[in-house]
This record gives sequence, C-alpha cells and structure tokens, in this order.
Amino acid sequence: MGDVLRIDRIRCDGYGMCAELLPEHIALDDWGYPIFRSGPIPHRLVPLARRAVEVCPVLALSLVRERAHPSSDH
Amino acid sequence: MAPAATADRLLAGPQFSAGAESFAEHRARLGPLPIADARNGLIDTIERSGLLGRGGAGFPVGRKWRSVGARSGGRAAVVANGAEGEPRSAKDRSLMTLRPHLVIDGAILAAAAVGADDVVLYVGMEHRAAVDALVRAVAERPLGGGPPLRIVEAPMGYIAGESSAMVHYLEARDARPMAVPPRPHERGLGGRPTLIQNVESLAAAALIARHGDEWFRATGRDLTPGTALVTVTGPVAGTGVREIEYGTTLRELVDAAGGLTAATDAVLLGGYFGGWAATEGRWDEPLDPASLSSRGLGFGCGMVAFLPADACGVWATSRIMEYMAGESARQCGPCIFGLGAISGALRRLATGAHHDGDLADVTRWAGQIAGRGACHHPDGAAGLLQSGLRVFADEFALHERTHGCSRPTAAARRV
Ligand code: SF4
Ligand code: SF4
Repeated sequence: MGDVLRIDRIRCDGYGMCAELLPEHIALDDWGYPIFRSGPIPHRLVPLARRAVEVCPVLALSLVRERAHPSSDH
Repeated sequence: MAPAATADRLLAGPQFSAGAESFAEHRARLGPLPIADARNGLIDTIERSGLLGRGGAGFPVGRKWRSVGARSGGRAAVVANGAEGEPRSAKDRSLMTLRPHLVIDGAILAAAAVGADDVVLYVGMEHRAAVDALVRAVAERPLGGGPPLRIVEAPMGYIAGESSAMVHYLEARDARPMAVPPRPHERGLGGRPTLIQNVESLAAAALIARHGDEWFRATGRDLTPGTALVTVTGPVAGTGVREIEYGTTLRELVDAAGGLTAATDAVLLGGYFGGWAATEGRWDEPLDPASLSSRGLGFGCGMVAFLPADACGVWATSRIMEYMAGESARQCGPCIFGLGAISGALRRLATGAHHDGDLADVTRWAGQIAGRGACHHPDGAAGLLQSGLRVFADEFALHERTHGCSRPTAAARRV
C-alpha cells in the first residue's frame, strides 16, 4: 500500500515537467517521456508528487492509492 | 511407442479439404447443444476442466466466465474474438473456416452460462474464408431460442484484437486502445459486463459442455490439460495449423509435421508476444504453457516458427520489430518513439549500416519500453526484442564488430 503515480500514456506529451520536480522518482527516456521508479512514492516525496500532478500541462498524471491486487482481463 | 503428437478434438470431423462442416454434419457428429446445462453448472464444469484461454495470455476461462456471470444480471455481452491480427498465426482463422459451428456453439453456451443476450462474432476482415464460413453457418442455424448473433469484421492490424481496442471499435468504430479502459468484464459493450473470449477457447468450451471436464483433463501430458491449436512455419514439410496435446514435445510436433526440410537453430514460440528460443537442448521439452513460462518462454497464441539455420537472426528480429513499430496505434510516446528508434537501429545493425552505440542503445531501450504504453503492445515488443538479443547474441556482436553477417547470402534474409 502507498501512493503511486498513474499516468495516462496517451495524453502525456513528454514535456518532462514532472521529472524536473521529482527527479528522485521520475527519469526521462531519450524522447522526454517519463520513466517511473517502481513501488510507491516515499512519504517525504508525496507533496512533490502532488505538485507534479498539478503542473503537468496536459493533466496526464494522477496520484492514487495503490490497489492491493492487480487483475487481468485476458 | 511415443504418444500421438497430434490430437483430434477441435479439428475432428470431415476432411479439411471438404471446407466448413455444415450444421447438419456438426449436429450429427456432436449431438444437440446442451443449452439447459449451460445455465446450470457449466461454469463449474469449465472451471474444473482447467481450460486456459487461447488468445495468448492463457487466463483460466472458467474464472473469467464466473466474474462476468456474477455481474451480468442476464444483460451481459459475449464477444468471440477471432481478430487474429498476429501475422503468421492461422489457427483461429482455420478453426472458424473449418468448424464454424463449434465456435458458434461455444459463444451461445458462454452467453447462456454468463447470462448474456448479445453475442458478437468478431472476425478479422482479412480472413475472408472465415468470415464467409461464419456468415453461412449463422444462416444455417435454426431460428429462435438463443441470443441474436452479430458478425462484425475487425479492422486490419495487430492491435484490433486487443480487448480495449475491440470494445472501442465495437462502440465507436475506433480500433485504438483506450487510455483508461473500463475493464470489459465490468463495463464493456453498451456499458454491460462483457466476456471477451478467443474463438478457440469457445470451441474447446463447447466440447467440454458435451463431454465433461474429466474427458477434457484426460489429455495433456505435462502440466496443462487439453489440446491446443498451433501454427507451424519454417523449414518443416507440413507447415500449417495442427492440433496437439499440451505437453507434446517440439520433436514430436516436427515429426508429426513430416520432419524438417532444413536445419534450424532457433524457433519463435508464442508469436510476436512470445519470443525466440534456441532449439538446441529443447527438442524434448514439452510444449506446455506452464512449463514454458517456468523456462522464461511462452506458449502464447501457439505459434511455432522455425528459423532456417542459414537465415540471419538479427535480420529476422529486425523485421519483426519493424512490423511491431508499424503496428503501434501511435498514441503513446514511448511506443511511437521507442519502437521507431529500436526498429531503425536494428535495421542498421542487420544491414551493417549501424553507428557506434546502436547495439548499446537497442539493449538499453529494450529494458525501458515495457509497461509504458496504454496497452500491452510495447511490452510484447520488448519481450520479443530481449529474446532476440539473447538468442542471437553472438550474431549481434558479429554484426556490430564487422558490419557484416555470418550468413552473407540472399537466403539469410528470406524471413
Ligand atoms: S509533465 Fe505530464 S506531459 Fe510532461 S512528461 Fe510528465 S506526464 Fe508527460
Ligand atoms: S502502447 Fe502503442 S499500441 Fe498501445 S495504445 Fe499506446 S501507442 Fe497504441
């Protein structure tokens, strides 16, 4: 359990502002699209993660409580 | 004596040359549809049978039916997925073409079991023989009783069979995956709980409904019960679709297909969502989803594509990645740019026109794109690429070092 960043990959335009705010948790690939570190966001970084959600120009990010079990549709 | 490497269950019945089995033949061979039982306990039977989905992911069929059935309130939808966008796979189209009534039986039984009043037969538009066979088969079925059957032609392309792309297409004629797809078993077609099931899985369910779960579990020689359709390609005498008992070895499959016509060192298992494997040391390993995945491989859609030993694995991998890049639905950055860059660098490596760092870049990108699209397309592509880098490691290194190929003939590039 913990907070994780969700991203709408279709919306994300690779502006990279999230990575600037939260370099401890978000890296950018060669094209400027974010790569998240796996696992929940450490507590002390949660305020910055919130900030990242706010500054993303295309509203691609959200902070969600991780669900206990992922499920498959196949 | 070795057990038979081919099994006749899904493909039992008339000679393939006779084309589609008619409704009369189908009915005479298998008897009436056990529809009353379907409303009453079929889900239990399917669960006990251990039937795994045959679309590629191998999810247990009974569990899926139960989750749709629990929410349906009698208003669910069933989609029989026969899009088969996987370019070299032919098992779904063959099954629909030869045994359309078995697929339809499975869809009707699934609808009765989960409580659905809408059944869509979703067939790849490029599979003309399958579309025709299903159109004729639907017309042959007696009227009344079951839910209405709709045939919808799926648009061309690899992504059209992805579940959220399919729902999106059926709802809005847009075959692109959705960013935050509602899960189809909760909210699919018209907002109803929707069971999306590969056509082979439905056909198997139609047999289990008639013969029982014990009958089904009596086949399967390794960990997974039942039989599966596979598509065999490459230097094999009898290429094409066959039915095998799960657990059949690679050697037995090749023997049943008339043997190899040329040497082979590598095989693509499971299709473009599967991966390359060296054949050495594998001939007596069982083709079984659970054992394969324990060895880092996959049964996937049942593709068994042998690479001739004189063909270049770097080139073959580059061609597949070029295809995967071209099939991106072009919505997500990591998929568009990542697959594009990978495919460009691989082509340069394959043809000797690469720059310093191309191989290192490809290796790094291979580890970065999985999980970074709205759908699983980049994940499948990444897995395939990593398997190619592993299995053809020596050849990649040689290409990088010499700008050449150890198989410098036209034959090297025929796949
Ligand atoms: S700030 Fe938003 S658009 Fe920019 S890279 Fe991050 S998620 Fe994508
Ligand atoms: S991951 Fe690729 S194929 Fe899937 S939705 Fe995004 S762009 Fe399309």
